[in-house]
Amino acid sequence: MCLECGCGEVEHTHPHDHEHPHDHSHQHTRAAEAGPATRKVEVEEKLLLKNDRVAERNRAWLAERGVTAMNLISAPGSGKTTLLERTLERLRDRVACAVIAGDQSTDHDARRLQGKGAPVVQIETVSACHLSAEQVSRVLPEVVTEGVRLLFIENVGNLVCPAAFDLGESFKVALLSTTEGEDKPVKYPSLFSRAQVAVLTKLDLDEALGWDAPLCRRYLQQAHPGIFCFELSAKTGAGMDAWIDYLKKLTA
Amino acid sequence: MHELSIAQALVEQAVDVALREGAAGIAAITVTVGDLSGVNPEALELAFPVAAENTPAAESRLIIETVPARARCRECGQESSPGFPFPVCEHCGSLDLEISAGQELLLRALELEVPEKTAGDPGKD
Repeated sequence: MCLECGCGEVEHTHPHDHEHPHDHSHQHTRAAEAGPATRKVEVEEKLLLKNDRVAERNRAWLAERGVTAMNLISAPGSGKTTLLERTLERLRDRVACAVIAGDQSTDHDARRLQGKGAPVVQIETVSACHLSAEQVSRVLPEVVTEGVRLLFIENVGNLVCPAAFDLGESFKVALLSTTEGEDKPVKYPSLFSRAQVAVLTKLDLDEALGWDAPLCRRYLQQAHPGIFCFELSAKTGAGMDAWIDYLKKLTA
Repeated sequence: MHELSIAQALVEQAVDVALREGAAGIAAITVTVGDLSGVNPEALELAFPVAAENTPAAESRLIIETVPARARCRECGQESSPGFPFPVCEHCGSLDLEISAGQELLLRALELEVPEKTAGDPGKD
């Protein structure tokens, strides 16, 4: 039997009308195949369809409430939580924020972010290296309380996997610290090409590291022409004004 | 290793289709993985048996079709096959490309086992 279509034809080809090329001519005889009878079903369904559907539902839910949601993605230790700590402190009583923090284990991040005037929920993903739309949808009603305008979703520290999973965010923000090296945008293009905004962190270390800012900007533009970029140090506060102004304008 | 999540989604979607189609089993699952999709075919192959364990897809063959990247340059308008990871126009060197192929990540087709009583029924294909 033909494995392509289940028919008994000895020799034929299968035309089909989508864009990618692949070879389909094959020869076979009915007697050559053993096992149960089979038939071919064309599916052409996007993988992660379920995740994408839940993400769309999250997006609609957030839009109804006028919430801008950012999916913060970076390597572990590039300063997502520190940036959020300073951001929540500076936006306190100005812009109502909420945070979903994702980690494989512990609630350390949520604890660091508590007491800054914003509801915080921790998701422990256990074995997963990224948040999923379903996990986010389960905590949205709890964390996005009345009046919240800005939702930060701090993804699991990982420069690769979280980029593939839509959570229903308004856009992705990629963080890159000076300790990681200028060329990360070209080494991990799947994230940087999808992120609308890049934040270069730990700029206070630039001298010690011999940080080449123009080179990093060039790599960023190569990975994503037109990407919006902030350069700051959450520790010293340098460059924070531009970031905070941007967030205020987003929610104005 | 988000390939494990992808493999789990793949198994779930394949089983859904098989149930909908009233199949007796899933002999083979064909996926389309574009060169720019961010999914590594080898890692997906490795993850698949783990994701399929104890599901109706446990015995299924996984067939991975890869799709080379294709892009149209927004500056010079020409088509090229940019390499991973950086799509650069092969003609003018511009980075401003519109990707037309290579980002696919699809459950493309299933080879379903036909229940005994309908096997060979020409009307079922």
